[in-house]
Amino acid sequence: MNVIVCVKQVIDPEAPPASFKIDPTGNKMVTPPGVSPVVDPYAEYAVEAALRIKDVQGGKITAISLGANLVPEMVKKPLAMGADELILLADEAFAEGDSWSTAYALGMAIKKLGDYDLILCGREASDWDAGQVGSGIAEFLGLPSVSLARKIDITEGKARVERVTDDGYEVVEVSLPAVITVSNELGEPRYATIKGIMIARRKEPVVWKPADIGVESSQIGAAGRRSQLLKLFQPVREGKCEVAEGDSPEEAAVNLALKLREAKAL
Amino acid sequence: MAEYKGVLIYAEIGEGKLKAISTELLGCGRKLADDLGQELCAVLVGSGVSSLAREAIAFGADKVYVVDDPLLEDYQADSYVSVMAKVVKQVMPQILILGQTSIGRDLAPGLAFRLGTAAATDCIELAIDPDSKLMWQTKPVYGGNAQAIFTCQSYPQIATVRAKAMSPLERDDSKQGEVITIGADLDASAIRARVLEKVREEVEGIKLEEAEVIVSGGRGIGGADGFKQLEELAKILKGAVGASRPPCDNGWVADSLQVGLTGKIVAPNLYIAVGISGASQHISGCSGAKNIVAINKDPEANIFRQAHFGVVGDWKKVLPAFTSKVRELLAE
Ligand SMILES: Cc1cc2nc3c(=O)[nH]c(=O)nc-3n(C[C@H](O)[C@H](O)[C@H](O)COP(=O)(O)OP(=O)(O)OC[C@H]3O[C@@H](n4cnc5c(N)ncnc54)[C@H](O)[C@@H]3O)c2cc1C
Ligand SMILES: Nc1ncnc2c1ncn2[C@@H]1O[C@H](COP(=O)(O)O)[C@@H](O)[C@H]1O
Repeated sequence: MNVIVCVKQVIDPEAPPASFKIDPTGNKMVTPPGVSPVVDPYAEYAVEAALRIKDVQGGKITAISLGANLVPEMVKKPLAMGADELILLADEAFAEGDSWSTAYALGMAIKKLGDYDLILCGREASDWDAGQVGSGIAEFLGLPSVSLARKIDITEGKARVERVTDDGYEVVEVSLPAVITVSNELGEPRYATIKGIMIARRKEPVVWKPADIGVESSQIGAAGRRSQLLKLFQPVREGKCEVAEGDSPEEAAVNLALKLREAKAL
Repeated sequence: MAEYKGVLIYAEIGEGKLKAISTELLGCGRKLADDLGQELCAVLVGSGVSSLAREAIAFGADKVYVVDDPLLEDYQADSYVSVMAKVVKQVMPQILILGQTSIGRDLAPGLAFRLGTAAATDCIELAIDPDSKLMWQTKPVYGGNAQAIFTCQSYPQIATVRAKAMSPLERDDSKQGEVITIGADLDASAIRARVLEKVREEVEGIKLEEAEVIVSGGRGIGGADGFKQLEELAKILKGAVGASRPPCDNGWVADSLQVGLTGKIVAPNLYIAVGISGASQHISGCSGAKNIVAINKDPEANIFRQAHFGVVGDWKKVLPAFTSKVRELLAE
């Protein structure tokens, strides 16, 4: 089994909400000071899904990250977790893309790699919360896709996927090669081991530029967008919290109930 | 581009009825169509769904396209994307709106890429720019830490809309409309991803999305046992139990109880968040609640910036006293 996992570098989505600030001139999120970038959490679940498949089937896992300003120690995380190769589509021309231009470039890189059975993505990256790149790669490569996977089993050229639905899950069988996007219901990603981190440190990622994957700069990054970002903003919340007090937690609790009653919330 | 016209909404069906999201989409689509001075159309895709066309008209549609075929019994990406691509080519709408549901999340991007246009997912506001007549697509980004407005210059402009972000119209059974059937023309052998089985994992009692009161627990609850106390309070308030992500990930409660960006979107009258820090991704799912109450031992927790009422303290001490006072007040 050759599995490709797409992994994005993002601002840590669990950084304190107050640390998220917008650059007023650039319609861009400012990287909060002291907050280091991370692997997008759902892609980490995708790496975990790939590793579980490899644990059973053997094979090779190739991680791909696209972006500008990729931080080597960060994007190497899939290697530290157990992936075999890392490809970086690292160039200014890839930056500021939308789902369309990102999926196109990733699709072209995967085409160049050629030998794959399965492509895994996260269900949505935690910056734009789009949830589209997996579908896009599938369309560009003419592959079937299954989204929101919580379990993947491989048997005889097929994947049996448990797909999360609004009221439970469904079992979907898909022929391979296919694209599958992974959700957190899969279960916690494993930690990188010390050995894994040492191996990752020594491994050099392969870097591809636009020309290496046969794309024009007009088709990728900001230039290749099909959707325009008009405005990025932070709505102000005027709300104020009425905190119930008391000499003891029990008394505060009683006061809370009384406040709610008074406000007709109970 | 001139020949693209009108607003088309994708109406989801569940248990033989239009889902709540579908009537919400019709409400929002009606406004967009009126602002453009164009028609509002709905499309129903499934097996045995024709009878619901009248419903869609009563909730605002001028025209309903029906694609009814036994092969469309279950949502399967291959068949639904191909059917919807056919519908779009025939109807040529300027705007296509779907729900941000397990179907819409899959169908909208698949279709957008198939048609060579862009989709904006999880929108909470859609409006027509008076000048360009393009659709402004507003969606929370960065887990709810910001919002973005997108436009798309290729047609159809596709958006998915978050549950409970839009209001349905009053039902009007006297409203007239046209029903048009479109053939599915499916080739069963072209379905590469097949649904073999569907499993419902719903918990007993009031449905989370429909509850007027929700008692939600977070990582601070510490285990499945603690949730029993939340259940007790929920029962007294005739409400439902919800959770942030960690209790679901840890198996303390069913995954279907997760509230938030990637869980359920709820808008109850009363939302009591116990041991929840108030991460933006969680707040995304409950910010529509009329009254948010926080019980948290950390006075600096972000939840206090979102809540209307709160107590700073250990829930193990606060909750029993709160529960018994509530019981007493409700008995009066
Ligand atoms: C892309 C993405 C999507 C996500 N989607 C969702 C989603 O849909 N829903 C969701 O909930 N999360 C989601 N998350 C996760 C989210 O970012 C937070 O990690 C999560 O909501 C935190 O849950 P929590 O508040 O229960 O836990 P914590 O943040 O760990 O907070 C626990 C709180 O409990 C309090 N506490 C501890 N003990 C006690 C006690 N004895 N008494 C009172 N208070 C106590 C603590 O003070 C703390 O505030 C998502 C994350 C990402 C990156
Ligand atoms: N720049 C990128 N580099 C690598 N993978 C990406 C990139 N953008 C998106 N992906 C993959 O696509 C998933 C969904 O992203 P999105 O559609 O942007 O929400 C992510 O979880 C990644 O697996």
